[in-house]
Amino acid sequence: MDQATIFAAAVLAAAAPLIFATMGETLTERAGVVNLSLDGTILMGAMIAFAVALKTQSVLLGFGAAALTGALIALVLCFLSLSLRQSQTAVGFVLALLCTELSSFLGAPFVRLPGPAVPFLPIPGLADLPLIGPLLFQHDLAIYTSFLLAPLAGWLLFQTRIGLTLRALGERPEAAYARGVPVTLVRYLVTVAGGALVGIAGAVYSLDLKQGWSYRHTFGAGWIALAIVIFGGWRPWRVALGCYLFAALEILALRMQSVLTGLPTQVFQVAPFALMIAVLVLVNLAGRRRVSRRIGGLPPGLRGPVQALVDRLVAPAPAALGQPFERP
Amino acid sequence: MNIEINRPREPQPRPALAPWLGALRLPLLTLAGALALTTLALLSTGVSPLQAYRILIFGAFSSPSRFSDMIMLAAPLLLCATGLTLTFRSGLYNLGVEGQLALGAVAAMLPLRLLPDLPAPLLWMLCFACAAAGGACWALLAAGLRLFAGVSEIFAGLGLNFVASGLALYLVLGPWRRSGSASMSGTELLPRDLWLPTIGTLRLAPLAPILALAALAVVWWILRQTRWGLELRAVGLNAEAADRLGVPAQRRIGQAMAACGLLAGMAGAIQILGVFHQLIPNISSGIGLLGLLAALLVRADPRWVLPVSIVFASFTVGSVQLPLALGVDSSIAGVLQGALVLFALLARGVMSKPG
Repeated sequence: MDQATIFAAAVLAAAAPLIFATMGETLTERAGVVNLSLDGTILMGAMIAFAVALKTQSVLLGFGAAALTGALIALVLCFLSLSLRQSQTAVGFVLALLCTELSSFLGAPFVRLPGPAVPFLPIPGLADLPLIGPLLFQHDLAIYTSFLLAPLAGWLLFQTRIGLTLRALGERPEAAYARGVPVTLVRYLVTVAGGALVGIAGAVYSLDLKQGWSYRHTFGAGWIALAIVIFGGWRPWRVALGCYLFAALEILALRMQSVLTGLPTQVFQVAPFALMIAVLVLVNLAGRRRVSRRIGGLPPGLRGPVQALVDRLVAPAPAALGQPFERP
Repeated sequence: MNIEINRPREPQPRPALAPWLGALRLPLLTLAGALALTTLALLSTGVSPLQAYRILIFGAFSSPSRFSDMIMLAAPLLLCATGLTLTFRSGLYNLGVEGQLALGAVAAMLPLRLLPDLPAPLLWMLCFACAAAGGACWALLAAGLRLFAGVSEIFAGLGLNFVASGLALYLVLGPWRRSGSASMSGTELLPRDLWLPTIGTLRLAPLAPILALAALAVVWWILRQTRWGLELRAVGLNAEAADRLGVPAQRRIGQAMAACGLLAGMAGAIQILGVFHQLIPNISSGIGLLGLLAALLVRADPRWVLPVSIVFASFTVGSVQLPLALGVDSSIAGVLQGALVLFALLARGVMSKPG
């Protein structure tokens, strides 16, 4: 296997938890709810998954427990923000901090213990294919699932009736309500399901990618996931692309470490966050009117492609994102 | 007999709770919920919740040195929470306060490294000025990202937090590292005569709480008495409407952020001159995030910022004894603080629900 294939396969694996988290959040935000608790939810999911898997020696139960945890946290968010009308930002942020602390407290007995992990599962036959084999078919079940998640989410959102309803809740909940959609109930369901996916993302960290549990095990992954959803313009395919890009940059940074030995490792850990800001600036600025005016002034041959690029870059948020819904 | 029954009922006033009880319903509900959740967490580890609470609540008052630690934590916390009342009033979630504190601390190191021969009082003033400027710049960066590039202040602030901590770490391990060893523990300790003066042998430097209280008083006065404060609140209630009524909303948002960063930066200077006496990688120690919780809990009401800051600080200082005394992790303090805010939101929601 050559270096490039190894690198690409590593990127595909490293992006797996981000895919779970971002797909959960994409669906949630498409329905008009911001679940800002991601970072805490992932940590709780990771901790619970590891603890349960260790006690029961069942990786599957670990994943189940993580999903349940994520769903529960999302349920709290829904109750406080959708039923009791508290600010989604405030509730989500508090949940993020609370769950972070709770994961440190409850997870203290499990720090740095060896435990079970998702078993490696190369797919017989396909794994031996040249190039594609090592790239796609020499992973484990969690990572295979992550490959399917973006297409599934895209299909659900844009090809099914459920997706249509869901998107309507994010764009114009009043209209959906007028057509008989129980707005709050559906938002509850989507957010809880999305939360379960986010919880699973935690399990992918502690049972697969960064096996085990330690204090703040996933280092800010939740915030990165939230930013990737914006970068991806709430479209599953692009969000997935964002996950792979981020994973690639993270791995590149790790490799650079051995080249640039003067810099401490932790500096590389914060690099993604600087990048996150840069990316958000790019996405937001591209949508500005001044930019489209500039494009109008370009030579005609260049105008088309540049405009196409900008159009691809810009994607507006769901119109009712984070807005409370008042029954008319 | 029937007459009695058929008579239209007079609208009976609901059996009202005693007025003092009515006013206490919200805090009581908050407290009960938060204690229930924290107790559950404690029970799951098998320690006696009562013992844990005794340490958590009274631990900070059990010895003069712990009390000093509490004050030295409460002072920067108060500065951050005070600054945050300004940004909350203007409708912003300044999650970047942690980074603003860290950058203030880094900036406070500049005069200490460049002009170490100045008389101490002058140097302290320079330190605080640099720290305030550093924090304000970092906050303005977040504000600029929000106002000119449309990046939500939540992500701008958070991202900048991580960048600031990376910067502090880089300085500690790189250019400012202790001679001889490159360790994560921090830069060289400051010479003793540059530490903020303390009371006796205690670690309590009175200048820190005095400064924090003064900042709180000023912000309180600004919010209540000045036109600027009024405009700030108007922007927070509805930025567009305020803009149409002639309040320069964007400018007020930027100013509120800068003021918050300025106060957070001064908290960073306290961390350097009064608490750690060196730059350490984790110089902010989560004080910014704790300040956010405090500001959320009191709904940015300056009247309650001081008591809540003291209570939060005493939880944190008390919790430090937990691992040794009971063998549980000290993060239970964070659980209790977070749970208080969560249940405060819940209580407010339940109370304001019609019907």
